[in-house]
Amino acid sequence: MPVALASRVLPLLPLQLLLGICLREIRSRHPRIFDRLGSHTGKRYGLDPTDLPLAFVLEPRRMNPRVTVVRTLPPGVDARIAGPLSALIGMTDGSYDGDALFFSRDIQIDGDMEAVVALRNAIDDSRVDFLAESVAWLGPLATPIERLLRGLVAPPSFRQEMGVGGGG
Amino acid sequence: MELICPAGTPAALHDAVGAGADAIYCGFNDETNARNFPGLNFNREEMRDSIAHAHRYGVKVLVAINTFARAGNVDLWRRAVDDAVECEADALIVADVGVMDYVARTHPQQRLHVSVQAAAANPDSIRFYVESFGAKRVVLPRVLSVPEIAAITREVDCETEVFIFGGLCVMEEGRCSLSSYATGKSPNMDGVCSPAGAIQYREENGALISRLGNFTINKFAKGEAAAYPTLCKGRYQTDEGCGYLFEDPASLDATTMLPELRKAKVSALKIEGRQRGRAYIERVVKTFRHALIALEEGRPIPADELNGLSEGQSTTVGAYKKTWR
Repeated sequence: MPVALASRVLPLLPLQLLLGICLREIRSRHPRIFDRLGSHTGKRYGLDPTDLPLAFVLEPRRMNPRVTVVRTLPPGVDARIAGPLSALIGMTDGSYDGDALFFSRDIQIDGDMEAVVALRNAIDDSRVDFLAESVAWLGPLATPIERLLRGLVAPPSFRQEMGVGGGG
Repeated sequence: MELICPAGTPAALHDAVGAGADAIYCGFNDETNARNFPGLNFNREEMRDSIAHAHRYGVKVLVAINTFARAGNVDLWRRAVDDAVECEADALIVADVGVMDYVARTHPQQRLHVSVQAAAANPDSIRFYVESFGAKRVVLPRVLSVPEIAAITREVDCETEVFIFGGLCVMEEGRCSLSSYATGKSPNMDGVCSPAGAIQYREENGALISRLGNFTINKFAKGEAAAYPTLCKGRYQTDEGCGYLFEDPASLDATTMLPELRKAKVSALKIEGRQRGRAYIERVVKTFRHALIALEEGRPIPADELNGLSEGQSTTVGAYKKTWR
């Protein structure tokens, strides 16, 4: 996977800056996420794409949300959600159902389940599209780059294998 | 037959409208509804806006206020009733006789449905709700065969609604105490079966171990489809061996029963899953909308299209065909 290869050799700082911009955009455009998270805004979520040599620690604090890019998840996160990058992204944009991904064992979850359920529901309701949000600041280049990224992280065959997705 | 679809959030409600629902059921974000999960459900403003949106597309919204009110704290349930009426809900889905009485006395024009949580599984019971509170529809528990559903529908003076897809309660609904036994919380009183706060998952050499409270519910081998950690679908070690004592982890899928349910003259078909994501809502609702169109046009109905979304990745027709008899 080209994304995996690139993330193995590239420094993490540019990605962290990009995700920081993305998170600020999400905070201003989707404030309802934080309402739905309720007391779980104070939790630390470990997001672990199993096909990438890096992971993310998400702290969805209402006033100052933060995401940290790490090579491996540190101990002490409240909850961990692990799975292929395309599955994790597909859950956020409504392409995949989180419960179905759990039943099929494509994702693994552990830790504080209330926090996981709250995050899943908050994001599902928000219709946040992480790929679109992360390139929105690129202006006229946003659309072609978004298309390129979608091709890299969510090959169509994955959706068919899952037996889930937006079709039907 | 009306297609009744779940929505746990405003976004899911919008998707259900777009996917072909005739009516959508949902609830407030508190313990008055039986899907009181973190981050789920509607505040008052969201409920009002969502009902208005559905009505613009000719879709009805049924508000579930279907837990049992606690003595000394009935105001929460009464307020939910008042607010749902004010939001112009097309019907209230209620289980508690005290709450039904409040609806009938305070809002006599409001359409009332008897929740599956009331476990009204015979004509006498249903007649009580119709005569006492003016209930217009009863959601039948998932313990009846199709001939039993047909017999009940013939005998009662209200519409019947049955589940056709989704999570399957094997106990008599509204009476099950398993979750309460294991965690202190139940769908009946708190709106949560096997609450997330009591669930633990652990990976061990590729196997997935699920626990609820102090109980190990299951151990799924590497690659084996997983399921919710509910006691009724746990895998138990007994003198006879290891297996599912009450029910296999599987979802209800009554696609193949649609012709018989139509013959039984049920009025409405319900999809379970307010706690599921938009991907589930859109796919399941569209699939059943297409199935109903095929039924109407006399075409074969495609089956087994939703296994990937099902608990344990398998489906059953449950009590609709009581093959064990």
